[in-house]
Amino acid sequence: MATATGTRTIHIKVKRYQPDKDAKPYWQDFAVQAEGNDRLVDVLNKIKWEQDGTLTFRRSCVHGVCGSDAMRVNGRNRLACKLLVNDIGARVTVEPMLGFPVIRDLVVDMEPFFAKYEKVKPYLMNDEPAPRTERLQSPEQRERYDETTKCILCGACTGSCPSVWANPDWVGPASIVNAHRFIFDSRDHGGAERMQILGDRNGVWRCRTIFNCSEACPRGIHVTDAIEEVKRAIMFGTTDIA
Amino acid sequence: MATTQQEASPQVRRKPRLVAAYGSSSKPTSGGWETFSWYFLRVSGVALIFLVIIHLLLMHVINDVSATTYCFVVARYQNPFWRAYDLLLLTLALPHGLNGLRIITDDYLHSRGWRLVVQSGLFLSLLFFWLMGSMTIITFQPTPGVCPTTHTAMVSR
Repeated sequence: MATATGTRTIHIKVKRYQPDKDAKPYWQDFAVQAEGNDRLVDVLNKIKWEQDGTLTFRRSCVHGVCGSDAMRVNGRNRLACKLLVNDIGARVTVEPMLGFPVIRDLVVDMEPFFAKYEKVKPYLMNDEPAPRTERLQSPEQRERYDETTKCILCGACTGSCPSVWANPDWVGPASIVNAHRFIFDSRDHGGAERMQILGDRNGVWRCRTIFNCSEACPRGIHVTDAIEEVKRAIMFGTTDIA
Repeated sequence: MATTQQEASPQVRRKPRLVAAYGSSSKPTSGGWETFSWYFLRVSGVALIFLVIIHLLLMHVINDVSATTYCFVVARYQNPFWRAYDLLLLTLALPHGLNGLRIITDDYLHSRGWRLVVQSGLFLSLLFFWLMGSMTIITFQPTPGVCPTTHTAMVSR
């Protein structure tokens, strides 16, 4: 089906690395016929299915929910399934996200990322006995942390952060977003523990408010603002901040 | 089940600052060395904008560099206000800069041993230079007869 934008040729430059045969990564060019409302992940699929079956990249739901296909597109971290050919132009550079060990082609090792995520205890902590029904919360209390519930753990923010590139041990923006989600949840009582972890050397203070993370987030989370709120909570010793 | 839940209910809440046990408090822990260090950088940074600009204007713009001689300092230090000013400048600027370097080592030095060595060096130089500087500012006395009194009278306020 032809679209209003029509079919065009996309020149796509992909950073390839196959550890079993490549000593180091190299760039490979592909030319693909694509339509304006094709997504980048469709273009990559065309390469894999029609041109070079060895091209390796993660994708699962392909609808911007699972967070599998985060990659660096024209220098910015994007989900390949949320990016239209119309919006990326005729020449595209695709490479794995920075700040992650590369396993193969566009596939990065997410294990260290999830280890840091677990470090901030991203689950409800409340030692009070569970009520008969549920732990009640007002709409306003729910609204307080609504934005940070939207994280899909794609790693686009963490992979865009120069502080992470410099210091891979730093917890990084995604972990702080998920700590924020519970710190500002009125039902949660684990704030003190998370604050101890995030007030440490590799906690929130490594953030230099560069805003790459906010720009990279495919879910539109204002990541830097969330980090700033956690900083203020640690600074003033209360979640009751403006 | 009901009794178990009652037993599990905490009667005494521990202070979050001392111990943070599982789900024991929703109140975040404030304070800590890293938090203080970050706050100090911000507060001293704001103060230094004014302190450094005034210092630069006085020592390099209003008074030419060729005029800021020993006798200029002698005249200036007759007023205890400028001694206090310089002591404040030293006390804020030196830890501000060295703390910045410490944070850079936290970013780029990933070996624990090297960090210990470099940060110890930074701390010792902070101690050394602050002691030298503050001793000079507080105890400075002009050598008699070096500076003409007319000159002293001219530049002092």
